[in-house]
Amino acid sequence: MQRQAQFFIKTALVQLIAAMLLGALLLIGQGLQLGGLGALLPVYYHLLMLGWATQLIGGVALWMFPPLSRERPRGDERLGWFAYGALNGGLLLRAVAEPANAAEPRSLWGIALALAAILQVLAIWALVLALWPRVKGRAPAAPRRREEA
Amino acid sequence: MPLVSRFMIRTALLHLALGSTIGGLLLAEKGLGLLPWLWLLRPSHIHLLLVGWTVQLACGVAVWMLPRLNAAGDRGNLLLVWVCYGALNGGVALASLHTPLSAALGGLPAWPLSVAGLLYALAALAAAGHAWRRVRPFGAGG
Repeated sequence: MQRQAQFFIKTALVQLIAAMLLGALLLIGQGLQLGGLGALLPVYYHLLMLGWATQLIGGVALWMFPPLSRERPRGDERLGWFAYGALNGGLLLRAVAEPANAAEPRSLWGIALALAAILQVLAIWALVLALWPRVKGRAPAAPRRREEA
Repeated sequence: MPLVSRFMIRTALLHLALGSTIGGLLLAEKGLGLLPWLWLLRPSHIHLLLVGWTVQLACGVAVWMLPRLNAAGDRGNLLLVWVCYGALNGGVALASLHTPLSAALGGLPAWPLSVAGLLYALAALAAAGHAWRRVRPFGAGG
């Protein structure tokens, strides 16, 4: 497994742990009827579906999808690295800015939330562009050289 | 990778891109509060990402990677997978477009949502019908 896929998959596992801890906090808060935790619910959903599920799928796909060519089996790896940075940067910013924006609406946190949105969308588009050419059938077998025949 | 898997995975990637773009618009709206009508697209965001992306990608990869039925590499009845592909994407389209179109046109009947639900169920049955026999150890004889 290449280094990039390892980063995606290990970070997805970290996001899974973070999501589950946050989910536990939300359930505990619900059980004890603590108010003020509702703004964390979308953060929980997105840590789980974007930080865990989509990032894990992205890592496994970058690892296992058919190679693009013998010379560049994974295509332009910069797309994958950009997706990794923007996805996790965007999610982290969102995790801070979304509850802060709920507490202080119409503040600078709103702009931070918009920036987090841009980062996450760009990350997904980069991931799609990295994976798109690798969704393909089996490459035709290379012709055998005379001495191998 | 068989043709139907390529169709499913690429369509799933398109749904991922579209659903995430809608999600980004919603998040930016939450921060800036400029276009509140964007919240009409929230059901589309959920259907595109949960069914159009996650479920469809899983089905496409399963058809590609599950063990073959015999040594000749037979994957079984791929017609069922095409039925799954059509039903799933038809369901996603109906469920995603209903709320925004209903708002734009001043109301729509609810039956397209029921049809979307039936299409989702048909897609699940077709996917399971195809995959069931292929869930077995690699190399097991027919």
